[in-house]
Amino acid sequence: MELLNKKPQSLVDMKMHYCPGCGHGIVHRLVAECMDELGIRERTVGVAPVGCAVFADSYFNCDMIQGPHGRGPAIATGIKRSKPECIVFSYQGDGDLASIGMGETVHSAARSENITIIFINNAIYGMTGGQMAPTTLVGQKATTCPSGRNPKVNGFPIKICELLAPLEGAVYLERTSVYNAPNVIKTKKAVKQAFQNQIDGKGFSLVEVLSMCPTNWGMTPLESAKFVAEKMLPVYPLGIFRSPEKEGGAN
Amino acid sequence: MGEKILMKGNEALAEGAVRAGCRFFSGYPITPQNEVPEYMSWRLPEVGGTFIQAESEVAAINMIYGAAATGIRCMTSSSSPGISLKQEGISYCAGADLPFFFANVVRGGPGLGNIAASQGDYYQSVRGGGHGDYRTIVLAPNSVDEMGNFPKKCYELAEKYRMPAMILADGILGQMMEPVEFKFETVDPKSLKEKGWELGVDNGRGKRIVRSYDLREGELEKINLRRMEKYQEIEAREVLYETRNCQDADLVIVAYGTSSRIVSAAMKMARDKGFKAGLFRPITLWPFPSQALSQMAKKVRNFLVVEMSMGQFVQDVRLAINGQAVVDLYARPAGIPASEEVFAEIEKVYKEIKTAGPVKKAAATPQLRSVQAPAPKTKPAAKKQVKKRKVKVSKKAVKTKPAKPPKARPVKRSTPNVKRTKAAKKKGGRK
Ligand SMILES: Cc1ncc(C[n+]2csc(CCOP(=O)(O)OP(=O)(O)O)c2C)c(N)n1
Ligand code: SF4
Repeated sequence: MELLNKKPQSLVDMKMHYCPGCGHGIVHRLVAECMDELGIRERTVGVAPVGCAVFADSYFNCDMIQGPHGRGPAIATGIKRSKPECIVFSYQGDGDLASIGMGETVHSAARSENITIIFINNAIYGMTGGQMAPTTLVGQKATTCPSGRNPKVNGFPIKICELLAPLEGAVYLERTSVYNAPNVIKTKKAVKQAFQNQIDGKGFSLVEVLSMCPTNWGMTPLESAKFVAEKMLPVYPLGIFRSPEKEGGAN
Repeated sequence: MGEKILMKGNEALAEGAVRAGCRFFSGYPITPQNEVPEYMSWRLPEVGGTFIQAESEVAAINMIYGAAATGIRCMTSSSSPGISLKQEGISYCAGADLPFFFANVVRGGPGLGNIAASQGDYYQSVRGGGHGDYRTIVLAPNSVDEMGNFPKKCYELAEKYRMPAMILADGILGQMMEPVEFKFETVDPKSLKEKGWELGVDNGRGKRIVRSYDLREGELEKINLRRMEKYQEIEAREVLYETRNCQDADLVIVAYGTSSRIVSAAMKMARDKGFKAGLFRPITLWPFPSQALSQMAKKVRNFLVVEMSMGQFVQDVRLAINGQAVVDLYARPAGIPASEEVFAEIEKVYKEIKTAGPVKKAAATPQLRSVQAPAPKTKPAAKKQVKKRKVKVSKKAVKTKPAKPPKARPVKRSTPNVKRTKAAKKKGGRK
């Protein structure tokens, strides 16, 4: 019998704590598969965030550090500049990357730090129980905007890829999703490219992954996937916003 | 080694760190420490190191968190408001048991305060500073020479105990020029041993994790208790202080950093007048030289604390002396005392010793006299209030039974001490 698929070596063989239908687990696997395929596991150092992915430091089978909320890019900078031979990635949620850590995000991109950022945009704060995120959609309900996000009171969602695209230092920016199989495959391709850029010394790469949070959206996993497709995609269009070949501007 | 170089304190600090093997600096400009990042920006590349001007203090300290996790000798520096911003990161480093070195060139506060020298960050430095139960090793230089030589000590202590170590300086020490003699061999980072916990290339050793949390029930407490044991070991082993003219002194002035230099001059004036005044200068502010002070209090009846803060430092001195002697305070919270002012204080203490006598004074006002100079023009009502509060504090202090009275408490010195000792004896708690 031929073994067609097995657990990536870059993942520790343990049960993850993520809710059913959550996108974090899928993206973990994709990141691990890319590490395996690129043969970089032994020299990769990952930065786990504060948020639902805090335990990523247990899940990835490479050196890991868990950092303060939002500071992943700064920590990754410190590691990469101290040990340039390492491949350094930071894994962050939207509250983490687009709110408290906005400064670190923008400036690590501006400096074109040769790091890889995996950015999970689930439009909500997962771990703390469903508060509004900077990426929460207009009209979307959250525990701190119970009648739906009202731009007059809560402002507008932040589109990270579009925001970073004009920065000269942002070498690779792509938005993907994991709501269905074809997009999962595209996400893997993007993650691999983001790591490859680092291996090639090209500079700052970020993959924004539109993901599901059934628990805090109050939906079933299926409804969540539908929500991404129908509600998130129009606000957060998928595609490459910047790449080493293609500089600047959304497609 | 051996050569004397004229340098600014901030430059000496930076050069000292580089010679001690520092190869990574991240920081954000703030007066009066700007010479540190400026110096590092050209000096570190010269030795193959990295300098980053971070976008904020928050980013700077987190770059350090990452760098320290790779085992490299790294450093950040800032001044008061910037250190406040760095506290979360420092707490993370303490929680993850990461060694690194940082310097606070203190300015006046709270808030934006001013850019003059101050010692107002004493509590923040020696009590942890950030959230959670932790300590930071704190060294307080009082010369440019020490600014240059202490970074090496900080790295050694930080690495020995896997925790943050800091230099607490101030604007004067940062800005003044003096000769420095680097009294240690320049450290080649390649000569440093592997630590066994640093992140990097795996090479088959298996995965390593650096984290500051443990959510398993009871585990965090265990970790914190282990850390506490480590802190106790440091308190027993790593205390540094300097004494001058204390052998025959009947008044010991306690001061650290810049104020200890001012006190030095005042002490000379006092000695010229025939007053037997000495100087006790803690060099490590944490671990605090409590035992040495306590021992001294068995022989010396009067202490005078001089600090450029609002009575923060005096608290550690009083805790150490624990009612065995009189501790007066001369506090300049955002002011720099002249040695003449300190000398005037010394004279005052001597006058009181003569008129009231040490026994009575210790009995009536063990913690009373706090002097701020120049005396603020306060309304009489406000003055009254202040006095009232002070008396309250002193009564309370007299009544409270200390958890662990020092062994050879001089019973004869004052009535409150006698009472306290008797009470302690009754309960059999005198150990
Ligand atoms: C300094 C600080 N502020 C706030 C928090 C509390 N906190 C923990 S997770 C989180 C939000 C995480 O949301 P996100 O980054 O979107 O990740 P998700 O949980 O959705 O995956 C917050 C606010 C914290 N731990 N530290
Ligand atoms: S709360 Fe949301 S983001 Fe967090 S694990 Fe559950 S589904 Fe995923």
